[in-house]
Amino acid sequence: MTTMFTPDHEWINIEDHEAAVVGITPHAQDALGDIVFVELPEVGRTYKKGEVAGVVESVKAAADLYMPAEGEVVEVNEALRADPALANRDPMGEGWFFKVHVTHMEEFDQLMDPPAYDALLKTL
Amino acid sequence: MSADLLKTPLYAMHVELGAKLVPFAGYAMPVNYPAGIIAEHRQCREAAALFDVSHMGQLRLTGDDAARALETLVPVDVVDLGLHKQRYALFTSPSGGILDDLMITRREADLLLIVNAACKAADTQHLIGSIGARCTVIPMPDRALLALQGPKAVIALARLNPEVARLTFMTGGSFKLAGAECFVTRSGYTGEDGFEISVAAEQAAALARALLHEPEVKPAGLGARDTLRLEAGLCLYGHDIDTKTTPVEAALTWAMQKVRRPGGARAGGYPGAAVIEAQLASGSPVKRVGLVGLERVPVREGAPIVDAQGRKLGHVTSGTLGPTVNQPIAMAYLAANHAQLHHEVYAEVRGKRVPMRVSAMPFAPHRYHRG
Repeated sequence: MTTMFTPDHEWINIEDHEAAVVGITPHAQDALGDIVFVELPEVGRTYKKGEVAGVVESVKAAADLYMPAEGEVVEVNEALRADPALANRDPMGEGWFFKVHVTHMEEFDQLMDPPAYDALLKTL
Repeated sequence: MSADLLKTPLYAMHVELGAKLVPFAGYAMPVNYPAGIIAEHRQCREAAALFDVSHMGQLRLTGDDAARALETLVPVDVVDLGLHKQRYALFTSPSGGILDDLMITRREADLLLIVNAACKAADTQHLIGSIGARCTVIPMPDRALLALQGPKAVIALARLNPEVARLTFMTGGSFKLAGAECFVTRSGYTGEDGFEISVAAEQAAALARALLHEPEVKPAGLGARDTLRLEAGLCLYGHDIDTKTTPVEAALTWAMQKVRRPGGARAGGYPGAAVIEAQLASGSPVKRVGLVGLERVPVREGAPIVDAQGRKLGHVTSGTLGPTVNQPIAMAYLAANHAQLHHEVYAEVRGKRVPMRVSAMPFAPHRYHRG
């Protein structure tokens, strides 16, 4: 299992032979505050790396969720749609956003690994 | 956080409590504490929340002519305001726009004005420049302002001084609280019963700590203050009202007493009276309304409002998902012929049309203590 990160504070986790899972990081949910609404991507649609694939809204603000690596969305987290605060309570687990079949694994490999992301967080 | 931001007398306490501090009107202010905006909002609706609003401007007007002089700047009855009574008011501009909204309280020796933080420098200049020859304008930068709001605010504050419980909504008086001489009004910006407490800056932290020591009270930041005031249907200056909106367009004519309206004993005589009186007589082209979202998506400031054919009707000036009403709520300016209650309109959010309904305000009922 490998988890990689984007500079926009998304995480993407790939387990063997499974679709990758995408969510927002603990830092992202903390910066946003109480999350009250999410917009999830369309299942079956392919999104390019960096394309807006969702929206996260807190009481204060709305933020875009960017696709970490090009791929076809195969599942979205309906539990998160019903209870958006899951992304606050368990951002790396139950609060996942969607699953995606990554088209180019090299786009995944180029993302930040956990030490690189930790280093980024220290600069904020 | 920029180092040149101003700090209120409670800054150290905010840091100690783990507040998230943001720049607001030149001050480093707590947007929320670790509990978060929704929990702080609920705390205020269910028990009592303590807000630091020391960034707001406090001014005194003294002199026998102060009330009459102030009436030349606001379309509001100040002359007849009774001792210890408080009233909402608006500084108007020559074109009928709103320069700021404020609270006026008549005290024994002065009129106490509370103005918005972002406007306080301009308001002070406006007062000195316009009526400085008729009364003395005294800014009070050495005073902090605390707001204790919520249905249990009176229980908590009365433990410090039982006399405060005698105040009713929009009245004030001097009270000793935790050793400090304070001026307390029973008013606020949340729609709940509660108090605003003016206290000397050097005594503010001790008073705030004494209040937070009461079991009913927890701290709340500007984030909750914003969701609370929006549910209460109260305008935020610079968003829902500004120099381009008149009191008539802003649906604030309730703040203009009869005596200052055409036919009244002291009608007119304030900046923009001609524009505002014409709108009072024949209506304004646009009107501020409340909107409730029929879906879950929050609709925020700036969102265009359109009709079923996509024709633009207006725009949203404040919006969020109301934590108590548990649905999207907003204030918007709409073409007057689309501003009637229950009218269905659409907000454009990220290219999609979200249905909304014109709704009465407040969205959450006011629970003031009118005695």
